Amino acid sequence: MRILIIEDDREAATWLSKALKEAGHVSELAGNGEEGLHQASTARFDVMIVDRMMPRLDGLEMLKRLRADGNDTPALILSALGQVDDRVEGLRSGGDDYLSKPYAISELLARIEVLARRRRPEDAETRIVVGDLELDRLSHTVKRDGKAIPLQPREYRLLEYLMRNAGKVVTRTMLLEEVWDYHFDPQTNVIDVHVSRLRGKIDKDFGHQMLQTVRGAGYILRPAQDS
Amino acid sequence: MQRLRTILAITAVRLSIAYSLIFGLVAVIIVMYLTGSTVGIIRRQIQDSINTEVADLSTVYERGGINGLMRVLERNASAPGANIYIVSDPTGNIVAANILDIESGVINHEGWTNHPFAYTRHQDNGARTWTAMARVVELPNGMRMLVGRDLGDPERFRAIVGRALFLALAAMLALGVLTWFVVGRRALKRLDLVSKSTARILAGDHRERLPLSGAGDEFDRLSARLNGMLDRIHLLDDGLKQVSDNIAHDLKTPLTRLRNKADTALSEARSTDEMRAALGEVIADTDQIIKTFNALLMISRVESGSAVTGLSSLDLTAIIKDVAELYVPVAEDEGFATRVEIAEGLRVTGSRELLAQALSNLVENAMKYGRDPARKPLLSIAAKTEGRNIRICIGDNGPGIAEPDREKVTERFTRLEKSRTLPGNGLGLSLVRAVAVLHEGSLELSDAKPGLAACILLPSEGGNR
Repeated sequence: MRILIIEDDREAATWLSKALKEAGHVSELAGNGEEGLHQASTARFDVMIVDRMMPRLDGLEMLKRLRADGNDTPALILSALGQVDDRVEGLRSGGDDYLSKPYAISELLARIEVLARRRRPEDAETRIVVGDLELDRLSHTVKRDGKAIPLQPREYRLLEYLMRNAGKVVTRTMLLEEVWDYHFDPQTNVIDVHVSRLRGKIDKDFGHQMLQTVRGAGYILRPAQDS
Repeated sequence: MQRLRTILAITAVRLSIAYSLIFGLVAVIIVMYLTGSTVGIIRRQIQDSINTEVADLSTVYERGGINGLMRVLERNASAPGANIYIVSDPTGNIVAANILDIESGVINHEGWTNHPFAYTRHQDNGARTWTAMARVVELPNGMRMLVGRDLGDPERFRAIVGRALFLALAAMLALGVLTWFVVGRRALKRLDLVSKSTARILAGDHRERLPLSGAGDEFDRLSARLNGMLDRIHLLDDGLKQVSDNIAHDLKTPLTRLRNKADTALSEARSTDEMRAALGEVIADTDQIIKTFNALLMISRVESGSAVTGLSSLDLTAIIKDVAELYVPVAEDEGFATRVEIAEGLRVTGSRELLAQALSNLVENAMKYGRDPARKPLLSIAAKTEGRNIRICIGDNGPGIAEPDREKVTERFTRLEKSRTLPGNGLGLSLVRAVAVLHEGSLELSDAKPGLAACILLPSEGGNR
């Protein structure tokens, strides 16, 4: 992926760019909001990572201008502020996701993968198919290998999110944000318990384990042929 | 002198001096005006009576001539408190008089004497000079007659009024001075006490309070208010001090652990894998410290009310159900029996995110600390309307919290002895309380018999109608 990093802290930007390179991405650096605005409007990127607080033109203002110009490159806002309202403000300014510093690089990588896909108008799809797993968004039913699997509403949403992002790592925080709409950090392993219950329903009676745990990162839903 | 200046610096004293001066001045003016007009009235009365008598005497002269007049004068003069009568020849030599002597020349001017004149009396053989006013008339035969009246009455009146005025002013002055002395000195003393107390507070004795006299006057009211303010400041200050002490202490421990881990890795790790593992631990520890900082920041932002800009009308039932649904499977996996009783249609004005976080803190606490090895653990989540409030209770059947500790555990970083070994930062309940207070509610910890019941009370939306 081609990623634009807009970050005034050179050290943080270099570190991030190195981490992205290791993950197989190409990145460009912009040292402030004005540069970022220029680069984002002149070249095409899959995702931009925007630091919120920058001199001259701050991240949110820059995003507002970009969005006003019709630029819809998905943006992940990075910020030292991580409270409810900061997040809401960030998303209102045109950000697509919000991550507070410090963050684990695995969390950031998982999020930009998901962000880059978000551009496609897949929300209109009524059926999502991953391997032999099938989810019907109209009837809210799930089948694996043609066998109906009854799910609780929350389990259904959890699976839907995992299926929409099949083949990509999703972190526990992402699940908590997307499926439960909670932005705080539970002390206990709540997500693990829910994922494991879901796994019990979709994987238990089948040979291939689709819902896999990625150590130190989160979960990934993989169709059989990928493994 | 210094003391006088201090007394004069008191507003009450300055005001009373100003009032006394104005009052005194007005009193003097009124008295002078009254005296002046009263004396004038008395003089006019004297003139009238003299005029009448002169007219009578003129008639007597016309009828009986000089001899008749002399007879009548003699009779009049012998009456008690008689007027002054003098008859002189045309050159001014006194022929007859009922007084000893008179200021020279008075008899030579016909008409009213221009000013009070002096005379002496037979009674005291001229030892004293008296004053009088009189009218001189020339008789048809060229002789002169003077009819006068002693001015003792108006003069005496003037003197009496003057003395009374003097006494009154003197009394007023004395009373004023006495009042200043009592009131001013009292005020000064009270102010002295207040200022001494303030000095002690400034010097660092934060338990010192301003003295109350018990009189319930404005001084007491002011002192009571100031004391209330000091109490509040003291409380906040204590909280702040405790927080910074605790922060220092609670952050030093993980930082030391962090440093030790790095140190050990540096000196002992042989392979890259060992280094990697150690670094992983270091990062995990650092994240924990940052989480603690974030939690602290969050609490202070919630407490200051800046965590959320807009509170909205919320379906509280759904919020509690979501939290229950998130945690019940976890609790069941950990061997808890669960009981969930959430009333339908509960609504509050607030922040979904903060309420959910507060509830999840309580549920996590119940799961973490609510275990008693003697019983099968129980997690209960209940919510119902209670009057105008909504009561949300998270209960367990664990060891509970002893009564004296219940207030303490909501303070930042408080961790009770028996729970210190469990992971946690001692900030969970502080946030819950802050969230409850932000929603104009409260956090109540009580005995669930057995276990702890942690209840959030929130004002029900529309409940205050």
